[in-house]
Amino acid sequence: MIPSTAVNYWPLLGVAIVVAGFALRRNPVLVVIVAGLVSGLAAGFGPGELLALLGTAFIENRALLMFLLTLPAVGLLERYGLRERARDWIAGFRRMNLARFQIAYLAVRQLTSMAGLTHVAGHAQTVRPLAAPMSEAAAERELGPLSPAERDRVRATTAATDNIGLFFGEDVFVAIGAVLLIQGFFARNGIVLEPLTIALWALPTALAAFAIHALRLWLFRRALLRSRSTQAAADAAD
Amino acid sequence: MLRIEYLYALIAALLACTALFNLRERRFAMAAFWVILAAPFALGDTILAAARDGLAWPSQAAGIGVIALGLLAAGGRLGSEPDTAEAAAERRAAARRLGNRLFWPALSIPVLTLALFFGGGHLGWNGRPLLDPKALTLSALAIASLIALGAALRVTRAPPLQALGEGRRLVDALGWAILLPMVLATLGGVFAATGVGEAVAELIGMVIPTGNRIACLLAFAFGMVFFTVIMGNAFAAFPVMMAGIGLPLLIRQHGADPALLGAVGMLTGYCGTLLTPMAANFNIVPAVLLELPDQHAVIRAQIGTALPLLAFNIALMAWLVFR
Repeated sequence: MIPSTAVNYWPLLGVAIVVAGFALRRNPVLVVIVAGLVSGLAAGFGPGELLALLGTAFIENRALLMFLLTLPAVGLLERYGLRERARDWIAGFRRMNLARFQIAYLAVRQLTSMAGLTHVAGHAQTVRPLAAPMSEAAAERELGPLSPAERDRVRATTAATDNIGLFFGEDVFVAIGAVLLIQGFFARNGIVLEPLTIALWALPTALAAFAIHALRLWLFRRALLRSRSTQAAADAAD
Repeated sequence: MLRIEYLYALIAALLACTALFNLRERRFAMAAFWVILAAPFALGDTILAAARDGLAWPSQAAGIGVIALGLLAAGGRLGSEPDTAEAAAERRAAARRLGNRLFWPALSIPVLTLALFFGGGHLGWNGRPLLDPKALTLSALAIASLIALGAALRVTRAPPLQALGEGRRLVDALGWAILLPMVLATLGGVFAATGVGEAVAELIGMVIPTGNRIACLLAFAFGMVFFTVIMGNAFAAFPVMMAGIGLPLLIRQHGADPALLGAVGMLTGYCGTLLTPMAANFNIVPAVLLELPDQHAVIRAQIGTALPLLAFNIALMAWLVFR
């Protein structure tokens, strides 16, 4: 590619600000807004133009906060013991353990995303009220009460499982954003593709994502059990 | 038709209530934060319509609001009220009393979202659809949440005002983290408008040996990851890397298969999404929702899956894309 002189490199300052801001652990919201302002000014936008761009782009992304409508129901049920009940329920299964529960959740999340049902589950609607307390209960069946550090790792792993199931399921569904974005990009550049051929090529990665993450969930349970048994051995030696 | 804007108005109402609760407790900065955030949800369409008609000041005012939110966020704190032993005992007692009945309202959110997604397209009145067909899943989620709230009130026999209080408790606990997905998407819009993507693609294009197809493939794959990490979104990275490297070098010059390159290239970007705090709604918001002390705990739990999967994707493309 021959570098053209027309490209303005100054807006890259915005990228540098994002990297520096996260590295210095400044408030991310402020970092991002400052980066946007700097990038816009460096590209030669006037202040009025830039404010309008900021305002309209913000409003156009309102859909990201639709999950807030789940919070009154979730909050109320939590106050009346939903998470405690979810724990007790999982603890009643004799053959349940942490890896089995989390791998089952991964499979359900990935399969529903493949059917285009990306909003069926999520961090606000299913992970916090159901999947996280159920994971904790499944872990406690084998380990007894969890230490705060163990509990936090179990919770973080549950959130990660939700993300991985979502990301690597949704691309197999033909009528969703990613596939249509890819098809649209190629169509504008004179390459006509069927959405189905794009979606089919997402399958190998979807299977690999399931295999890798399921293996890690299995190893995670084993690591928790092992650290307990070495701890017990150390306590016994004292 | 139930337009998506009516649902945004409900969100505005929830945010305004949160502001009122904070005002009553004399937490003025938080109250101001929620009021300013409520405005784009209440007035968003009016502002966008004005911008289309060439009237700039409402969207400029919204831009000033975004900056004000950023300043208030920088002074705010995150985290929820500490749990008391009394509250925990109350919850256990309620859980014993209500038993499995607690599950039905909670499960009705996913189940009704599913049902409305499939059946909602057929609901109509006088030949007009009930739900907005362009925003079917989001409308389905919102309506499922409202029905679930009704069911939760019935099961718990709680006064409706308590539901608002509990919703407010969670909104307040999320604090400025709520804003992060929206400002990041906004930054994506600003970066797109200012040509940041083109500049990055130019720089990458200058340093790689374009005659070597594996070098081009690696530049494409790592470019997707890098750009996704910066932007927090593979959708923003895809057109940039495709226009910069994928289309001119891999497809036109080296004969790569566009369907495979497109699909696996996008999923390579998703590996970057697992690694970045910029994908706040997936990586930071859940850390706050689950009350984790480390904001990057979810990312840490994802690294071990993201990196092997990235290697798998690159190997898959190197093996099959040039056939």
